Amino acid sequence: MSLLMPDLGLLFWMLLSFGIVFFIVAKWGFPVITQMVEERKNYIDKSLRAADEVNRQLADVKIQSKKLLEETRTKQLAMLRETALSREDILADAKEVAQRETQKIVEEAQKQIRLEREAVITEIHSQVAIMAIDIAEKILRSELQEKERQMGLVNKMLDEIQRAKRN
Amino acid sequence: MCNFYRYIICIVFLLATVFSARAAQSEEIAAEKDFDAKEIIFSHIGDAYEWHITTLGNAHITVPLPVIVYSKDKGWNLFMSSKLRHGEYKGFYIAQEGEYAGKLVERSAAGKELRPIDLSLTKNATALIINSSIMVFIVMSVVRWYRKKPLRSVPKGFIGAMEMFVMDINDNLIKPCIGTNYKRYAPFLLTAFFFILINNLMGLLPFFPGGASTTGNIAVTMVLALCTFFIVNLSGNKEYWKEIFWPDVPIWLKAFPLMPAIEFLGVFIKPFALMIRLFANMMAGHAIVLSLICLIFMTVAMGPAVNAGMTVLSVLMNIFVYCLELLVAYIQAYVFTMLSAIFIGLAQAQAHHKPKHSIEIK
Repeated sequence: MSLLMPDLGLLFWMLLSFGIVFFIVAKWGFPVITQMVEERKNYIDKSLRAADEVNRQLADVKIQSKKLLEETRTKQLAMLRETALSREDILADAKEVAQRETQKIVEEAQKQIRLEREAVITEIHSQVAIMAIDIAEKILRSELQEKERQMGLVNKMLDEIQRAKRN
Repeated sequence: MCNFYRYIICIVFLLATVFSARAAQSEEIAAEKDFDAKEIIFSHIGDAYEWHITTLGNAHITVPLPVIVYSKDKGWNLFMSSKLRHGEYKGFYIAQEGEYAGKLVERSAAGKELRPIDLSLTKNATALIINSSIMVFIVMSVVRWYRKKPLRSVPKGFIGAMEMFVMDINDNLIKPCIGTNYKRYAPFLLTAFFFILINNLMGLLPFFPGGASTTGNIAVTMVLALCTFFIVNLSGNKEYWKEIFWPDVPIWLKAFPLMPAIEFLGVFIKPFALMIRLFANMMAGHAIVLSLICLIFMTVAMGPAVNAGMTVLSVLMNIFVYCLELLVAYIQAYVFTMLSAIFIGLAQAQAHHKPKHSIEIK
């Protein structure tokens, strides 16, 4: 049957046309398409991987910054506490120093006061002595104006001296 | 929408009745010229020296094609096929019957019909060249797009569809079937796939640049199958030949060389099956479409009512068959490519790394 018998002419033309098509398309056609698509696919894959990497790094950075923030906060707290403590210390020290200083000043003042009082007392003593002597002189002068009275006084004094000797 | 369909069906019926009534009027002519469905079908499926488009009244509208023949007596001859319409030209004529029915022959001095070496651009040969040009044009236009655009741009529209198509065949068919070094064979398989697909689809086109049943011709499928045959056997490694001549079967199966004989036959049967499968499928598709159309003209003699009914039935069936043929056009291209890829993959099988399930091709 002619349907199943390949015709020579058609065989020739088929071989020729398929050969030419194959040559053109297999050389400059399909490899270019597949290569382009593959290249694009690789590029997309690479970009995705890079994006993933960046995301991961970003997450790392976030975690790190959070950690850093926390650390800073604790440090700040510690510092605040320390400051508070040191302030109290300083205050206490200052108080102490002030107290000591005050005491010293007070003591000094007291000493000065005592000295001055002593000086005043001495002065008063001497003044009083002088006044007493003056008074005594006046009394004696007035007493010694009359003979009787002079005698009586001398006697009285002698008695007193004698009594004092007996005792 | 429902109304729309109703109108269409009404119009189809009306036309069918009108035409069949007219046909019935000229029934005496029909009876005179017996309607030969077989001849019509085979003349459409087969090859021809001219491309017959249609017949208007008594005028045949055809595209004349060049005839190229070499005979021992007359040497090379080139003329248009239209010269042959009225009988002999330069001693060449188309045989009406006998061994070379429908082919160009010449009469030898002894009065015997001889077949010269015939390289005529017949209908199928011309269609092959047209389809090849279409394929090269499509593929190269896709490539040109890539060359023109900046690197890594993504195509849209037709180019995008072609890219998707090519990559689908490449990644989902060729790559898994062949395995690691599929890149060497991908260009051939992609070429075969798109060549067959375009030829199949162009064959389904009912008017001029299409309509030639190229892939329904054994010479065309034979060249394709031979390509696969040579590629498979030239790329076969040691393991492939060992599997053929000394397969892993009990010794008594290969000492008396039963298995090697079967395996060796298989080397030729595989591409032969490829050839027959594609040829038979495409030829059968064309034959069915043509038979259904012939049904209209064959029932003319049975009266207008039967004829009208058969016309509607035939058109509806043809629509269905055409849809099926579109599917078959793709499937056959796919199957040819897939089997070629599997054969190549089997010829590349690595030693001590045999697949657990041998692939059976029915």
